Amino acid sequence: MERATWRTKVGLAEMLKGGVIMDVTHAEQAQIAEEAGAVAVMALERVPADIRAEGGVARMADPLKIKEIMEAVSIPVMAKARIGHFAEAQVLEALGVDFVDESEVLTPADEEHHIDKHKFNVPFVCGCRDLGEALRRIGEGAAMIRTKGEAGSGNIVEAVRHMRLVTSEMRRLSALKEEELMGTAKELRAPYELVCQVVKEGRLPVPNFAAGGIATPADAALMMQLGAEAVFVGSGIFKSKDPRARAKAIVEATAHYDRPDIVAKVSEGIGEAMAGLDVHKLEEKDLLQTRGW
Amino acid sequence: MGRIEDLQVGVLALQGDVREHLLALARCGAQALPVKYEEQIRACQALVIPGGESTTIGKLVSRYGLAELLREFAAAGKPIFGTCAGSILLAKEIEGNEQFRLGLMDIVVERNAYGRQVESFEDELNIPSLGEEPFRGVFIRAPQIRSLGEGVEPLAYCRERVVLCRQGRLLVSTFHPELTTDLRLHQYFLILVQASHSSTDVRKHGNHKRAGYQSVR
Repeated sequence: MERATWRTKVGLAEMLKGGVIMDVTHAEQAQIAEEAGAVAVMALERVPADIRAEGGVARMADPLKIKEIMEAVSIPVMAKARIGHFAEAQVLEALGVDFVDESEVLTPADEEHHIDKHKFNVPFVCGCRDLGEALRRIGEGAAMIRTKGEAGSGNIVEAVRHMRLVTSEMRRLSALKEEELMGTAKELRAPYELVCQVVKEGRLPVPNFAAGGIATPADAALMMQLGAEAVFVGSGIFKSKDPRARAKAIVEATAHYDRPDIVAKVSEGIGEAMAGLDVHKLEEKDLLQTRGW
Repeated sequence: MGRIEDLQVGVLALQGDVREHLLALARCGAQALPVKYEEQIRACQALVIPGGESTTIGKLVSRYGLAELLREFAAAGKPIFGTCAGSILLAKEIEGNEQFRLGLMDIVVERNAYGRQVESFEDELNIPSLGEEPFRGVFIRAPQIRSLGEGVEPLAYCRERVVLCRQGRLLVSTFHPELTTDLRLHQYFLILVQASHSSTDVRKHGNHKRAGYQSVR
């Protein structure tokens, strides 16, 4: 018997496809998420919108809080570690979380090196803004990729940009000749073997999810139609007027993303969405997506 | 018996690893279709309930009024294969849990019975019905089948627990054959489908053939 193989890590990511992963900050929110039909929850101390508003250094959540959330629900529980902070990741693995998000939402601990994720038994998800970044993270051992988008903004524009970039770069690769792949790998700053694998299979070697700015059922349907295999919703649910109704609606819109009539129906009367930010008015230093490389 | 190429097998596509099952079924030669609406499900001769999050799939099945339809599907003698989450949805009872289930198969399951994700594992399984060569079992936050009713036949064990069993035209595994390239279990299911299909009214199904759904990849 072999535990925690690459196949079981990527396998869990495959099992979450078509679903919604929701940010929660305590046990009661986790139960609301589970009742709404979330496939997993992300346990954290503050949602990205609050991290953004309050400032200061954002770190891994209190283990006690994570344990309370793990006890409150039967679905998988994820938690965030700072970029490069392998000791936080070790703590999360010791707690038994099901997935670690090495996340730009927290303040990076290392500006040069991400975590060597192959060393862990727990699978990792990492954010990306383009194909090269996705493949670098997979090269380090990420078993799931998500767009970075712009977390806590309630604005879908950056997630759309990142998802379109990843998929259009994959389409571009498929038109290349074999001898052009090494030069392209260099240009993408991506591992050559992974570039070849993408060409061969026409998709990323691990599931590709959307995150960073999803606030409405239609946002989820948009990302799914752009090629996301599942969606993360951070601040979008618990920063809205009626989290229960919105959570349920986003779950249903994600499952039925190809049916505008259903997306319309579930979007009715679910209260106001989170306020949201114009990302063009954010200063460079306030962007979360530029953290990590 | 009808030809495998003529069989339309639906994969319940509300949530989970639908694509992997579609690929495995297509590689076996069947017409594999993602299904989530009544008319799509009715057009199929058999159904796979994939791996995924059983609470999510269960909620979507009940919110979108598919529970009775799926029970009728089974009652009409059409085969259903549930893997992992699919086995939980087919079970009559889920230990210590009131979550939605179809309750079609006389088994009691316990969710996440091996522990959390870090306990997920692979193991070689001996499955006599599939021949001598071992089958690679991939178990992810897997359930365990705690007990079987009289009509349920165990087909494989792992760590002293039943991990594959069959009751008439219902088949469940607690592992994920769709995450491997070994097609033998999907082939086994399709043979079950062929046998059931030839014993029901073929002409009736014939009209539904290629009812406008695209075969996937």
